[in-house]
Amino acid sequence: MREYLLLLLSTALVNNVVLVKFLGLCPFMGISKKVDTAVSMGLATTFVMTMASASCWLLEHWLLAPLGMLYLRILVYILVIAAVVQFTEMVVRKSNPALYQVLGIYLPLITTNCAVLGIPLLTTQENLPFAHSLLYGFGSAVGFSMVLALFAGLRERLAIAQVPAAFAGAPVGFITASLLALAFMGFAGLV
Amino acid sequence: MFIAIFSLTLLGGALGLFLGYAARRLAVEGNPLVEEIQAILPGSQCGQCGFPGCAGAAQALANHEAPVTLCPPGGREVVALLAAKLGVEVNLTEVADTVPQVAEVLEDLCIGCTRCYKACPTDAILGAAKQIHAVFREACTACGKCVEVCPTEATRLIPVPVTLQSWYWSKPSLQGATA
Repeated sequence: MREYLLLLLSTALVNNVVLVKFLGLCPFMGISKKVDTAVSMGLATTFVMTMASASCWLLEHWLLAPLGMLYLRILVYILVIAAVVQFTEMVVRKSNPALYQVLGIYLPLITTNCAVLGIPLLTTQENLPFAHSLLYGFGSAVGFSMVLALFAGLRERLAIAQVPAAFAGAPVGFITASLLALAFMGFAGLV
Repeated sequence: MFIAIFSLTLLGGALGLFLGYAARRLAVEGNPLVEEIQAILPGSQCGQCGFPGCAGAAQALANHEAPVTLCPPGGREVVALLAAKLGVEVNLTEVADTVPQVAEVLEDLCIGCTRCYKACPTDAILGAAKQIHAVFREACTACGKCVEVCPTEATRLIPVPVTLQSWYWSKPSLQGATA
């Protein structure tokens, strides 16, 4: 139990996927203008990342390794991720059309979110057992969602703050992101 | 190699079947009226009606938020079809039957005031202050905003000129076929 908790803490905070590993920066900058959409995007990505970690583990150990097709790993992973994203898109479209409109192109773009492919590849590299892979994916996704929501909150404040003209818009967003990354460095050594 | 091909095909097929089934189960029924209206509209996404594309225009038409005469490239025929579909009365004689148009700047009248340049929603006008303006025909949607703002009436809409790229053989006539 303690081991699982530490794994969650390590993936969500200490090795945060966005601010420490710098994966998945596209939605991090793109969809963080409002907290509600950021949280929804985080939920969708969490679902995709957890499912992708689990199914990639299964494919790796039951299909690719026994048949000696490890060279096809990235191809198979992408195939599975694309299918999961498609499924998520259908669910969101059915259950919440307004959210579907707001997320727009970023929803199918979860497919190309490098964090979603990166996490299964990392768990494969570290040779984790199934439960650990699942938790690793889930923890990373929770970290991603949390950072996305935090950053969206910061940007909502920034939108009404007085920013020097040269920094208005994206530049001050990038500066904020770098400060946030520095703050997350403080978690190093926690686990 | 055959194992790889076979297993990947199987995996792709299984995922495809699953997604196909999910698409059936999770299908979203759109407003059928919107789809019918969209089928009537030209579908060239030119934006002359002021909506981002024919889908947006169809949505507005279905909600009765836009007039049936909104589509310049569609001409009289589309207006008549839309009026019939939506049950709206419309005077067809007021609708000009137009051909595709582009804006043009008359160079001997242009004073280089940049008003059309600022008004253009598609950045189709080239220009700077006190330089004679010109139109990028590929980018022009013939919305007519430049015609409204021009102080010297130097901009106007003309039918799309025939160029080497857009010229085509005329359709064979019935006479030629029977003779």
